[in-house]
Amino acid sequence: MIDALLANLDTLLLLALAIGALSGAALMIVLRQPMRVALALIATMVCLSGIFGLMGMHFAAAFQVLIYVGAVMVFMVFAIMLLEERDAGAARYSKLLLPGIVGLLLLLATLVGGVWRALPSPRGELSDAPLGMVKFSTAFLAEYWLHFELTSVLLVAAVVAAIAVIRIGRRGRGG
Amino acid sequence: MDRTQLLIGVALALFAIGLFGVVVRRNVLVMLMCLELMLNGVNLSLVTFAQHTGNAAGAVLVFLVFVVAAAEIALAIPIVVLLVRDRRTLDVGSYDELRG
Repeated sequence: MIDALLANLDTLLLLALAIGALSGAALMIVLRQPMRVALALIATMVCLSGIFGLMGMHFAAAFQVLIYVGAVMVFMVFAIMLLEERDAGAARYSKLLLPGIVGLLLLLATLVGGVWRALPSPRGELSDAPLGMVKFSTAFLAEYWLHFELTSVLLVAAVVAAIAVIRIGRRGRGG
Repeated sequence: MDRTQLLIGVALALFAIGLFGVVVRRNVLVMLMCLELMLNGVNLSLVTFAQHTGNAAGAVLVFLVFVVAAAEIALAIPIVVLLVRDRRTLDVGSYDELRG
């Protein structure tokens, strides 16, 4: 019993993390307060980073925690703390709830019907061709160095755009 | 069901739930977070396929998605803060200036 458990430990962990990620996502739809939604999203992201780590993509797991949980969600939580308690009694869902449910079912049917059945046939364990840090870094800096440099340009552009937006807002308020 | 199918199923479900949240929720911050959830679903599918094929291009794309998400949120939050200061509400239903 214990031996069988240990032999399938990574599969069980993967299953548990997948369930955790999906339940966090479902909680995001149901919960009312933005801070709780943010916590559910953080739980989903941490579960996803665990999945990345289990699959051997450790750099993706580290980036997930560093960039998403560490930077993006901290920023989001700051924004929530700045802006919260504006509409405490507002409705949770918009008028598009029923069309949204119908669209969700249609989208899921399309995705499952189209994408799922076209998946490549199972090729055994995923760790057949481990994509480790060495292979990733070599490909990244040898083949995709231009894209790497372009990301820095994109980040600078985003920062400049954010500053411009804030300045426009100040001018709009006459400050 | 093998692991690739399970993970692709999870990725599809995360993307669909995120899109659903963007459509049905009213709070603009919650909509932004649902956008992040969609990006996370895409990331999971990229990682799964990169690992399945052993191809590094998918992993590079994952990194680019991280950067794009960071840039998007750095630009979206100031816009939301300005909108909320102007309108005094987080409800997207009241942002109707673009209505034709």
